[in-house]
Amino acid sequence: MHTFGYRANALLTFAVTALAFICAIASFSDKFSNQNPSAEIQILNINRFQKKSHGNDEVSLTLDIAADLQSLFTWNTKQVFVFIAAEYETPKNALNQVSLWDAIIPTKEHAKFRIQTSNKYRFIDQGHNLRGKDFNLTLHWHVMPKTGKMFADKIVMSGYSLPDAYR
Amino acid sequence: MDWKGQKLSEELMQILLLVFGGVAFITGYATSSFRTMMLIYAGAVLFTTMITVPNWPFFNRHPLKWLDPIQAEKYPKPELTNVISKKKKNKHY
Repeated sequence: MHTFGYRANALLTFAVTALAFICAIASFSDKFSNQNPSAEIQILNINRFQKKSHGNDEVSLTLDIAADLQSLFTWNTKQVFVFIAAEYETPKNALNQVSLWDAIIPTKEHAKFRIQTSNKYRFIDQGHNLRGKDFNLTLHWHVMPKTGKMFADKIVMSGYSLPDAYR
Repeated sequence: MDWKGQKLSEELMQILLLVFGGVAFITGYATSSFRTMMLIYAGAVLFTTMITVPNWPFFNRHPLKWLDPIQAEKYPKPELTNVISKKKKNKHY
């Protein structure tokens, strides 16, 4: 600590280490938040249900999505990434998950919403197994922090099914 | 800076940063504002730099006592003798 440069270096190193420690406890403080998100999805309409030229089924849906994810936001949250996946079983695969829609929620105010939209991404099966198929719609979310670990969770909603014949 | 001043500077730097770090975290957590925490901590780093890094006079309160010039003459520095030439002679077998 005998020169200006030596002291400045020691101070900067210690300051950055302390900053890392502060960010770690800020991330740890997220464990103490109460989270109770809720969501509801309705299928308003099946717009199209066809077997395409590549031999696979394709579905086009209109969804009504209502969700309240405000309790997921803490002081250490940068944004929440949310997406909806259709999950079902086929003889070929034990579990199929097809992502239908996603969004980025930047602030707490935007986290309580209700929208009606057609599926953002195409719902195409590996094969032609979708006639009369029962499936779950699962709302997944990833809470992205300002510092620290990212948490992901989901709500599974079951009871949806596709019609028995192509339209 | 003298030795005691250096010790004071180092300890002061560590304590200031840790205490301000704690204050920054608690204030940020209480106001649910990450930005507040970062701003308080940045201010703390600047403040600590101002206090501990430059060579302030209060770091020099225990200056080192060098010997007086008369005492230095009593104990002169020893001179180098010709040890090198003896080593060279041993090499001629």
